[in-house]
Amino acid sequence: MKKPEAPLIVNGRRVDGRLPEEIREIKMSIGDISNADGSARVSFGNTEAIVAVYGPRALFPKFLQESDVGLVRVNYSMSPFSVDERKNPAPDRRSIEISKVTKEALTSAIFVEDFPKAVVDIYENIIQADGSTRVTAINAASLALASAGIPMKDLVAACSVGKVSGTLIVDLNGKEDNYSESDMAVAMMPSKGLVTLLQMDGLLTKEEVMELLMKAEEVCKKIYELQKKTLFDRFKVEREEE
Amino acid sequence: MEEFVKDYLNQGKRIDGRGFRDYRHIEIKHSVVSKAEGSSFVNLGGTKVFAGVKLDIGSPFPDSPNEGILIVNAEFTPLSSPDIEPGPPGEDAIELARIVDRIIRESHAIELEKLFIEEGKVWVVYVDLSVLDMNGNLMDASMLASTEALLHTKIPKIENGKIVRGEFTSKLPMAFKPVSVTIGKYGSNLLVDLNKEEEEIVDARLVIGVRDDDKICAIQKQGIGTFSIKNVENALDLAIEKSKELRRLL
Repeated sequence: MKKPEAPLIVNGRRVDGRLPEEIREIKMSIGDISNADGSARVSFGNTEAIVAVYGPRALFPKFLQESDVGLVRVNYSMSPFSVDERKNPAPDRRSIEISKVTKEALTSAIFVEDFPKAVVDIYENIIQADGSTRVTAINAASLALASAGIPMKDLVAACSVGKVSGTLIVDLNGKEDNYSESDMAVAMMPSKGLVTLLQMDGLLTKEEVMELLMKAEEVCKKIYELQKKTLFDRFKVEREEE
Repeated sequence: MEEFVKDYLNQGKRIDGRGFRDYRHIEIKHSVVSKAEGSSFVNLGGTKVFAGVKLDIGSPFPDSPNEGILIVNAEFTPLSSPDIEPGPPGEDAIELARIVDRIIRESHAIELEKLFIEEGKVWVVYVDLSVLDMNGNLMDASMLASTEALLHTKIPKIENGKIVRGEFTSKLPMAFKPVSVTIGKYGSNLLVDLNKEEEEIVDARLVIGVRDDDKICAIQKQGIGTFSIKNVENALDLAIEKSKELRRLL
């Protein structure tokens, strides 16, 4: 843990003026990428992710194919201009790990047995990073999957929670992320209350972990409602146009 | 094989006769590589890992100019399993190394602030894991190996700004002995120390890093299944309980 220059919570307010349990403004849209089978764009404050889904499509080379289930692949990447110091666009160890856990978090919700021998490719790009990028991308990926018509058990909603200056907070921004005592990324299938992604680092008691998980579940439920509304609005319009 | 393992678990048994909360036999040795500043070998029920610690002089990170640096790397050698081919680390090896790194770092196990040498120079602590045989629960074996190797690491002597290999000044300053407890979920059951066969069939796993004072320093869910919040709570309790048992072996 690095020490912040100034406390991150003053008079009960965070560096960006939010209360501990307040989330940033969330924007969601669907269908920005015309070539993709499904796409979505989600922003949490200054953090913005855009995700495209291709497939199910044929999987090559053939030895990768599985006869009873389809494969899901995820590529998480950050644009070089998304951060303060230019990021080398080549995949680094962090991106490889995030791609892996994101793949697992989303595959939990997908009926992979519905597209044996095929693959669904999910490409996540962070346009601007201000904390909580992996969960923002998961929210977008879930919308993109749904809009591509991939059979799913539930949408996946995700958020970050953590502890800064001794206070438990939700939806960490970049500064809070850098100087947090602990941060935790959570993705869930909210209708069943099932956790599909859980990553934590920092130092917490067991009780604090549980308290943060409860807060994360509440935030995920809010995001879930927004996701459903975004999908409904988008496809309602298309129906009227027909 | 899968059905066989599942049948056993459904009857509340494991194929190797253990209870759900039992680890396999653990063998831990330290200082097994004399060229390394610290080293260890762990055999956890047939999963065999070497950990080696090398120290070098390096430049500190700009945002922490007085602190040493920790770098963890894991190699799954092609010796270890028919599924591994030579080449750069894959996503599983990268994930493993990053979890070990986080558990050591976030638990403040190494007192990095004591690794300052002089202006612009600090010790860089490299922890390298070499996996020799995979028989399940590589995570906990690697974490035990890393902590054991660090606990027996000595800082080399410096003469005229250069390291004198083989001569030492002091022990690496260690404040804690963090361990990981990896818990698999099968239906409503939680199991520790999954063997190779069980890893194939569990719904998902939780890696939980625990420090000496029972604080949780890292969690990582692995696999495509899910956990309920209640499952997570039970797993945390189990991890805290088992961590004490593992720590006694170090």
